Amino acid sequence: MLSESSSFLKGVMLGSIFYALITTLGHIRIGHRNRTHHHEHHHLQAPNKEDISKISAAERMELSKSFRVYCIVLVKPKDVSLWAAVKETWTKHCDKAEFFSSENVKVFESINVDTDDMWLMMRKAYKYAFDKYKEQYNWFFLARPSTFAVIENLKYFLLKKDPSQPFYLGHTVKSGDLEYVSVDGGIVLSIESMKRLNSLLSVPEKCPEQGGMIWKISEDKQLAVCLKYAGVFAENAEDADRKDVFNTKSVGLFIKEAMSNHPNQVVEGCCSNMAVTFNGLTPNQMHVMMYGVYRLRAFGHVFNDALVFLPPNGSDND
Amino acid sequence: MASKSWLNFLTFLCGSGDTQPNLHHNDPHARHLDDNEPSHLKEQVNFNADSNENMDIAENLYQKVKILCWVMTSSQNLEKKAKHVKATWAQYCNKVLFMSSEENQDFPTMGLKTKEGREQLYWKTIKTFQYVHDHYLEDADWFLKADDDTYVIVDNLRRLLSRYNPEQPIYFGRRSKPYVKQSYMNGGAGYVLSKEALRRFIDAFKTEKCTHSSSIEDLALGRCMEIINVEVRDSRDTTGKETFHPFVPEHHLIKGYLPKTFWYWNYNYYPPVEGPGCCSDIAVSFHYVNPTMYELEYLIYHLRPYDILKEINQANKNEDTKVKLGNP
Repeated sequence: MLSESSSFLKGVMLGSIFYALITTLGHIRIGHRNRTHHHEHHHLQAPNKEDISKISAAERMELSKSFRVYCIVLVKPKDVSLWAAVKETWTKHCDKAEFFSSENVKVFESINVDTDDMWLMMRKAYKYAFDKYKEQYNWFFLARPSTFAVIENLKYFLLKKDPSQPFYLGHTVKSGDLEYVSVDGGIVLSIESMKRLNSLLSVPEKCPEQGGMIWKISEDKQLAVCLKYAGVFAENAEDADRKDVFNTKSVGLFIKEAMSNHPNQVVEGCCSNMAVTFNGLTPNQMHVMMYGVYRLRAFGHVFNDALVFLPPNGSDND
Repeated sequence: MASKSWLNFLTFLCGSGDTQPNLHHNDPHARHLDDNEPSHLKEQVNFNADSNENMDIAENLYQKVKILCWVMTSSQNLEKKAKHVKATWAQYCNKVLFMSSEENQDFPTMGLKTKEGREQLYWKTIKTFQYVHDHYLEDADWFLKADDDTYVIVDNLRRLLSRYNPEQPIYFGRRSKPYVKQSYMNGGAGYVLSKEALRRFIDAFKTEKCTHSSSIEDLALGRCMEIINVEVRDSRDTTGKETFHPFVPEHHLIKGYLPKTFWYWNYNYYPPVEGPGCCSDIAVSFHYVNPTMYELEYLIYHLRPYDILKEINQANKNEDTKVKLGNP
């Protein structure tokens, strides 16, 4: 009886030691370190009609001029067809868009970050963008080449948000205690967040180049951890109906799911009217989105809130 | 070219004259179908009507350009295909009929008492037009035939037809060649007969000017149209872009998608264009659309680029018709 209980106790001791070891080495530690009280989802809403009407025309003119969005797309040679599609479509609507590639690719101009580790690519891209453009852009949007973005809706969403505040928004996901913005839906950082991020990039204890010793952590999680140290927290962007505005799935996938989940309200239950991103598109689908969002319309259906703009000379797809 | 709203506004100012009162029960966006529809469903649909949408022009056209849509389907396709037509674009027609070989009271579909299959397509077409002529001739000005995998943007069709007189013997669609000198219309992309064209078509079968000459529906109908002096019209938009499409947007928008050996290249009456010039901004139809009917519906009627300077645009419209925004 005694020998059984002693071996049981030994087992328990060993187990606890092992557990302690794993948790200290694993990334769970990082989450617990931050004694934050942020256990709830953070939601950020799009401006509504009343908000918009309260802003004077002059103020809006000023705001629109001051909105400068810099787009970062992280690419690898294998992404070349998506890269081409993205280059020919939505990135034309960014105030500036640059492609950060793991290595030099002959066909396209890019900034070579000389690594194919996604987190290192992201770090280098953010550092480059901040160092070079901190005076010129106040919002920084990072996306994968499989993502399609409607930059006008991004600007609309950000209309009443002050970029000198630490904004970090997109489609958020919770992993234990950590709430992070999924890179698949696109990541938006205000200039203040960029500033704070960049000051931490050189601090390996807080923002290591290799987080987690046992298992590799995705780059979007690493970013969230890093930003948390700087007091920047992820927020989920939603419209007035609480629909996500940044999406990690394609329209096609949403529709497919809606057809099984709520077949009587497929389109209504699908996605936001002011969606900013969809992900998981093929290059062809990017071109279809351009046509569908910016050109194809129903005559006589006049949206009072929609964009009126003339495409630049020489463009036939927007 | 974009301009989702001000072009419409301009055309509205130049085009339609009298304004109609806001007849909500005829509001296509309210999606009223038969009176048999349970009321709770009606409310479900109304709830989603976009409050930011100005429907005056569309409502006006709905009254002025009455279109009866009939959809060629079959009992095995009701759940797979016709259902999605009913849930999306069919609701924008002034009247819609689903035609099958068998009657189905629940859907509902009319029964044509033919067999099913490709060989029956022309029979179904003839019988349907007969039925429509006998029961609905005065209810519409224009008569559209579509397949159960055709997606139609009915208000763009109204815009196209608004410039024409339904008492003229004319018809519209995706002009195709050869076989018929004046060209015929591709069946899958949908085609539209004027009221006079319909009258002549029915008369032609009575007097045997036309017969069931072939089972290739679109070709046979096109031949008959030529015999009875119903003329084709050019349905392309003011920039020369096609409006009726025999495939989904992707197949037209992507250069090189359709191989050059494909039949399509030789069957198009007008020089076919691939890439962004393929398709009008106010396209009328696409074919082989399944299940992407809902995707198209979302892209056309819901997702749009929002404008932070909206009121400024309204002000500028009065001064300068060319508003430049976006990124150079």
